[in-house]
Amino acid sequence: MIKWIITKKPLFNRINLQKFPLDKLLIYIILTVGGIVTLLPFLWMISTSLKSSNEVHMLPPKWIPSKIMLENYFVILNRVPFKKYFINSVLVTVCTTVGTLITSILAAFAFSKVKFWGRDMLFTLYLGTMMIPGEVLLIPNFVTLSKIGWINSYKALIIPWIVSVFAIFLLRQYFLGIPKELYIAAKIDGSTDWNYMWNIMVPLSKPALITIGLLKVIYSWNSFLWPLIVTNSPTMRTLPIGLTSFSSEGGTEYHLMMAFATMIVLPMILIYFMLQKYIIEGASRTGIKG
Amino acid sequence: MGSDKSYKSFIRGLLYLLPSLVILGVFQFYPIIKSLDMSFYIRYNYFKDVVHQRGFGNFIYIFNDNQFRIALKNTFIFALGVVPASIILSLGIAVLLNTKIKLRGFFRSIYFLPFVTSVVAISIVWRWIYHSRYGLLNYLLGLVGIYPIQWLTDPKWAMVSLIILSIWRGLGYNIIIFLAGLQNINLQYYQAAKIDGASKWNRFRYITIPQLSPTIFFVSIMSLINAFKVFDEIFALFDKRPGPLNSCLTVVYYIYDQFANQYKYGVASAAVYVLFIIILFFTLIQLYIGRKKVHYD
Repeated sequence: MIKWIITKKPLFNRINLQKFPLDKLLIYIILTVGGIVTLLPFLWMISTSLKSSNEVHMLPPKWIPSKIMLENYFVILNRVPFKKYFINSVLVTVCTTVGTLITSILAAFAFSKVKFWGRDMLFTLYLGTMMIPGEVLLIPNFVTLSKIGWINSYKALIIPWIVSVFAIFLLRQYFLGIPKELYIAAKIDGSTDWNYMWNIMVPLSKPALITIGLLKVIYSWNSFLWPLIVTNSPTMRTLPIGLTSFSSEGGTEYHLMMAFATMIVLPMILIYFMLQKYIIEGASRTGIKG
Repeated sequence: MGSDKSYKSFIRGLLYLLPSLVILGVFQFYPIIKSLDMSFYIRYNYFKDVVHQRGFGNFIYIFNDNQFRIALKNTFIFALGVVPASIILSLGIAVLLNTKIKLRGFFRSIYFLPFVTSVVAISIVWRWIYHSRYGLLNYLLGLVGIYPIQWLTDPKWAMVSLIILSIWRGLGYNIIIFLAGLQNINLQYYQAAKIDGASKWNRFRYITIPQLSPTIFFVSIMSLINAFKVFDEIFALFDKRPGPLNSCLTVVYYIYDQFANQYKYGVASAAVYVLFIIILFFTLIQLYIGRKKVHYD
């Protein structure tokens, strides 16, 4: 192989051969090492999740289990109320995402296409909330919810999260980019503002809506501190809460913990690989999550 | 689209805003004030929501509370451990990714992957990686002759473990932001510098860094703010404890503990406001200095 490379390259390229590829090779090596370090925990998670409990505690560790134990996943499905956690997580994620999309469309439309007194002041007020860390809201919101008796309910997990100022902001920018002529044309055709919004603006803003939706899905699915505080019965737990409680009970059963973790992580990884351009685009717009 | 001042257009606008306004009002605007108020509650009945006495007692309490001082100290150590290292690493990788290489999109997707995954799930995975006897990390270190480290049970190493995990997780996000910043740099600067014979390092030092300084500044502040809010990782990594001997007790963990375990809402609210002021300070720096100073155009 080496001989082939040397003999194939013409002599006058020698300087390039010495200097240029070495640079590039180094770049590839660094990036590959970084990539391996990034992926290693995921591979280790999946590998462990397929091991028998004996093989988990074996040195040196094997990357490929001698027997693939898919059973671990079924053990998790049956041992803990995994199905319940899963349904809760899906329900909360779907509802918060749909809710966020609806409230964002309405608010973004008002902030971009309806002119009214106090609009800019209200928009500034909205944007101001992005400066408030979620921790500030935690205790009073808990008190509010316990006063109206929502603790341990889906309402507590969903309702406070169906508005995202970042989503409104992103969508408003998008709406502002839609030419006025479309609105005038729609008006001449006798369309109301309401119909114009749903029939013209929303379909035109699909990329922005997908981005907003995906960021919300990821955020909701992974959300931890809030569901931890507002739920205390096992039947209301979402997946991440279920995993932490399983891991304190499960003690040393790392193969089962890893199977559990894999089932939380995998859906998001699949969504990410299918639609990553929207996710990366959205994430690069801001440092504020959710 | 409606005249500016009419009564009708005002109502119309508000109707569109109604859903978001109600939710924000109840769950964002009101709690900001309520939270401040609660931090002054000294004697109160939470069940009946009656306050008998207000005062500065909670603030006096937390600043005399050894736990809170440990929490503040640990949070600063954590931020100092994560932010500079994370920025240097992610900037380096972003610069390498911004060269003409193949598989660029592929590498970018890989690095960003941890960002979309559950912090809790991935922290449990790291708990297993850090396992002193059967963990992957000690095994790999053993291959180069390093004795097993008690990553999660030795107070000296617990914070290091938390920092490594956080750097690993946050890298991809920073890389994405840096890549976006790098792509905004006008290529003519580089061409001009090349003609003048500037070396690669000098081009990096005198073009990339100054041109990228607004982005570097933004990422630094955002990372600092996020570092001050660390919680999920600790909860999952140390199994519902703030590390051995409180070695990973951070401000948010302290708030959580006072609130959810000890039911001291007033004390927790006071700690929240201390955190809020620290974060607000960084946010304001970002808003004002970030806009004015760090620009070279």
